[in-house]
Amino acid sequence: MLILTCPYCGVTGEETEFAAGGEAHLKRFGPGSSDAEFESYLFARKNEKGVTFERWRHANGCGKWFHAARCTVTLEVFGTYKAQVTEPPKEILAAIRKRRPGWEPAA
Amino acid sequence: MSDRAVSPLAGAESSGFAKVSEAGLRGMITLRGDLADAGFAGAVKAVTGCDVPGRREVVEQGGKGVAWMSPDELLVMVPHAEAEAAVAQLSQALAGSHFLAVNVSDARAVFTIEGAGAREVLAKLAPVDLSPEAFGAGQIRRTRLAQVPAAFWLSGEEVFTLVAFRSVAQYVFDLLTVSAKAGSEVGFLAR
Ligand SMILES: [Zn+2]
Repeated sequence: MLILTCPYCGVTGEETEFAAGGEAHLKRFGPGSSDAEFESYLFARKNEKGVTFERWRHANGCGKWFHAARCTVTLEVFGTYKAQVTEPPKEILAAIRKRRPGWEPAA
Repeated sequence: MSDRAVSPLAGAESSGFAKVSEAGLRGMITLRGDLADAGFAGAVKAVTGCDVPGRREVVEQGGKGVAWMSPDELLVMVPHAEAEAAVAQLSQALAGSHFLAVNVSDARAVFTIEGAGAREVLAKLAPVDLSPEAFGAGQIRRTRLAQVPAAFWLSGEEVFTLVAFRSVAQYVFDLLTVSAKAGSEVGFLAR
């Protein structure tokens, strides 16, 4: 069971109040992209064992989408952050490194 | 508006260790816009007499009220027969700004849960800390009530007002009734 804090309404709620939205920070490839790029955007996911970045929605709450950084092995949540970014903010990366020294984001 | 609307469950009631009632029709308006804008706050005040509530707060006075729903959304509450006029008044006041005002009154069901056990009735159904230290007057909580979304707040010392979608009114009433069934007290929140 994950405990997530919504960065919009500030509620710290348990997993069932939220809806998972899959891997975060995907680069979108649409019209004009190559077949390989589009296929990768549509289907290929890192499916990380360990630190992962995901999209979540506060579905049974304020309704907003946001991001969460967590560990898929221990279910530890390193932090949540707003949706209007294309990569994890510095303080989230710092929070992850504090708990996972030497960790580097996957390319 | 000729008010021929009927409330979802005709004022159904049940009583166990708390009393559950379908609270009848209430005018409800979804109002979205810039909550920090003075013109927005002025329009809300003119219609309800209430200030824009802070994050996760609710204010009620004289049969009207305003609840904070998200950083860009309020729930404006007025008597049911006044909802259309309130939408018109808001729309006129906010014309030219980026906003949305919609009468959602008939898409909602309202319940009250009354009595010393009211906190426990909700605590059994929602993943929320309902101890008096964690949840007090003036706060609103949008959450999950068993399998459906709902929002509730304290309208009195031991009275909760709960809002859910009308399409699940019977389900919510039955949930609350079962949760309040005499003899099913958990006692966790008892002092
Ligand atoms: Zn939220």
